[in-house]
Amino acid sequence: MAFVAGYVLLLIAFGVLPTGYAIYFAFTDGGGSFTGFSNFISTAQDFRFVDAIGHVAIYLVFWLLSLVVFVVALALLLHRVSSSRASQALRFLYYIPGALAGAASVLVWLFMLDPTVSPVSSLLGALGFHTFGEVIAPGNLPVLFTIVAFWTGAGGWIVVMYGALNNIPTDVMEAARIDGASAWQTAWHVQIPMLRKWIIYMVILAFAGGAQLFVEPQLLSLASVGVAGRDYSLNQLTYDFAFQMNNINGAAAVSMELLVVSVAAAGVFVARSGFFDAD
Amino acid sequence: MFVNKPSVPSKRSVLLAVCAATMALAVSACGGSTAQKTTKDGFAQAPQKDGALTVWVDATRLDAAKQYQQLHPEVKLDIVSYDGDANGSNYLQTKVQLFNRTGKGWPDVVFSSQNNEASWAVDAGFAAPLDKGLIPADTLGQFAKGANDVCTVNGTVYCLRNDLSQAVLWYNAPLMKQFGYQVPKTWEEYQALGEKVAAEHPGYLVGDAGDSYTPEIYMWASKCEANHITGPKAVTVNTTSDSCTKMAKLMDGLIKNKSMSISGVFSTDFGKNEADKVLLMPGPAWYGGAVFKDTLKTPEKTVGVAPIPQWQGDTSPSTGNVGGGTWLLSQHSTNLKAATDFLKWVTTDNAYQGEKAPGFPAYAPAAENWLKAQDASGYFATSLSPLKDASSQVWSNWGSGQYSQEAIWAADVKPGMTQGQSIASLLPAWQASIVKHAESFGYKVSS
Repeated sequence: MAFVAGYVLLLIAFGVLPTGYAIYFAFTDGGGSFTGFSNFISTAQDFRFVDAIGHVAIYLVFWLLSLVVFVVALALLLHRVSSSRASQALRFLYYIPGALAGAASVLVWLFMLDPTVSPVSSLLGALGFHTFGEVIAPGNLPVLFTIVAFWTGAGGWIVVMYGALNNIPTDVMEAARIDGASAWQTAWHVQIPMLRKWIIYMVILAFAGGAQLFVEPQLLSLASVGVAGRDYSLNQLTYDFAFQMNNINGAAAVSMELLVVSVAAAGVFVARSGFFDAD
Repeated sequence: MFVNKPSVPSKRSVLLAVCAATMALAVSACGGSTAQKTTKDGFAQAPQKDGALTVWVDATRLDAAKQYQQLHPEVKLDIVSYDGDANGSNYLQTKVQLFNRTGKGWPDVVFSSQNNEASWAVDAGFAAPLDKGLIPADTLGQFAKGANDVCTVNGTVYCLRNDLSQAVLWYNAPLMKQFGYQVPKTWEEYQALGEKVAAEHPGYLVGDAGDSYTPEIYMWASKCEANHITGPKAVTVNTTSDSCTKMAKLMDGLIKNKSMSISGVFSTDFGKNEADKVLLMPGPAWYGGAVFKDTLKTPEKTVGVAPIPQWQGDTSPSTGNVGGGTWLLSQHSTNLKAATDFLKWVTTDNAYQGEKAPGFPAYAPAAENWLKAQDASGYFATSLSPLKDASSQVWSNWGSGQYSQEAIWAADVKPGMTQGQSIASLLPAWQASIVKHAESFGYKVSS
C-alpha cells in the first residue's frame, strides 16, 4: 500500500488533476461558463484541423509499420548473433540514439538532411536532393519524421524485444530446431507469436506518442523558416490555438480528442489481443 | 510491518493536505493581483513602487540594456535575454498568455524583432498606451513618418519602433563597374539587366527570392494589395491584381534564367555557393550589416546602396519593409517612471540609437547621427543616404496583422517555387491561404 501511495499521489498531482483541469477548459469559455461542445465544434471547423488529422494519420501509418517491421526484424537478427560481444556492441549501438534528448536528435537530423553540410550529401544528391528546400518538400515530411522518430525511439524497443526473445524458454526453441524448422520458420511460427504482447504494448505506446507529434515538425518549421508549417500536426495546432490565438479552451478541446482517440485505440488493441489474459 | 501500521487516518490527511495545497496553489495562481488600480495616462495602473526594472531583450539588444545600466547605475535593472520572437517564435505572446493567467511575471519593458506585436498585445491587455501621457507628443512626432504605424491600434500608439527596415537596392559597386552596367532605376531596367546578366555573366545574381519575407521586398514594392489592413479586424486581400502579377512575372523570368536565386540569403547553400555572386540585391536596411558584412563576408568598399526601383510611369517611389523591432511597455509595470525612462532612452538617445544600434533608427534625429557614423566607418562603397529617402517611402497599404504573412508565404508559396512552379501560378493559392488565416483570426476579409 505504502509502496504505491507515492505513485498515486504523483499521478493525482501531475496526471489526474491537470487532465481534469483540461476537461474543465474544454467545456467552458474564457470566462469559465459552460459552453457544451462549442469548443470542439469551433476547432473542428478551423481550416487547418482536417489537414492536421490527415498529416498525423499518414505519419502514424508510416511510423507504426516501420516500427513493427524493423524493430522485430532487428531484434530477431540481434538474437541470432551468437557472439556475445558482437551482440553487446550492437545493443549499445541501437540504444545510443535514444539517449539523445528528442529535440537534440531532431537537430542532428536537420544537419544530416541539409545537402550543403550533410556528411551524406552525396547520397542525398544521388536521390535528387541538392538543397534543404528540396529535401523538406511537404510530400517528404511523413517519411522524414518517421526516420527521425525511428532513429530516436526504436533502439530502446529493440533492446526490450531482445530481452523478450531471451525469455522464450530454451526448450521451445530447441523443439523447433529438432523439428527441423528453419530460422525463418522459427521466427514466424514461434518467436513472433510469443512476442505478440510486447509488440502490442509497443504499438499502444507508439500510437499515443505518434499522435502527439510535435517536436519534429516544430523544429523543422523553425529551421526551414516556416516551409514545414507551424500547423502540421494536431499538437502544433493545439499550441497555436493556445498561444497564438489566445484560445486555450479550444486547445484543451483538441487535446481531449487526442486523449480519447489514444485511449480508444489502446482499448481496441488490448481487447483484440487478449493483452491481459494469463498465459 | 510498515504497511499495517495504524496510520491510515494520517495517510488520508496527507492526501487531503496535498489536494488542499494543490487547490490553494491553483486558486492563488488564478487570483492574480487584486490591489487597487488607478487610471492614469490612459490605462489602469498597478500601485507603483520602486522595485527592480525587468527588461527583456534579444541577443543584439543586450548591448543596449547593458549600456543603459552603465549610464544609470542607480536603476536596479534585471536584464533577461530571450529570442526576441525571432522567426515568429511567439515566445513573448506565449509567456504573456501564461502571465495573464498567473497574474504576475510580466516584463516591464520588452524588445521584439516582430513588428506585429501590438496587434495581439493590445487585445491581451499587455501593452500600455504611450501617447496618453507616458511619452510626450513632441518625442513621438520625431519618429520617421509612418514608423509607428505598426504600433498604432485604433489611433493609439502602443509601442515604439526600434529600427526601420525599408527596402533599398544593394549592389556590388566594383563588379557593376567592371561589367559596365548601370544601377537600374526602374523595375523594367532591373528586368532587362537581369536578362543581360544571365546571358553575359551566367551565375551572377540580381536578386534573391528565397526568403519567407520575399513578398515584403518585391510584392510590397510593387504595391501588391496582399495585406491591406483597413481596420482593427478588417483586411483587403487581392493578390491577383495587375500590380501583383507584373512583379510575379518579372521574378518568374529572372528565376527561370537563374539570375534570381530561390535559396534564402541565410541558408547554408546560399552562403556556400552564391555569396560572391551577388551583383544586385533588393533588400531591407539591415542587409548592409547582417547579410553583406556578417553573413556573406563581403569585403569593405564593395557594397553600394541605391533607391529601390519603381515601375515606369509611377509618380512616387514606394518600397517595402522587412521587420524592424519594436519596444513595448507593460500595463502591469509597478515602476512606470523607470520603465518609461528606459523606453525613451533606448529608442531615442544618440548614445545607443545614434551610434551603436545595428539597424537604421526609427527616431529621425538618431537616424541622422547613425547615418553619419555609418558613412564614417568606411565599410560601404557609397553614401547610405538612399536609406534615409526610403525611410519615408514605405507604401502604407501593407499592414501588420495578427497572422504572419511570412509564415503563409513560406508554407504555401515557397514549396511550390522549390518544385519549379511559377509565382504567377501560385498567386491564387497565396490569396486563398491569406484569406483563411485572416478569417481564423476573426478578420473581415474583402478583396
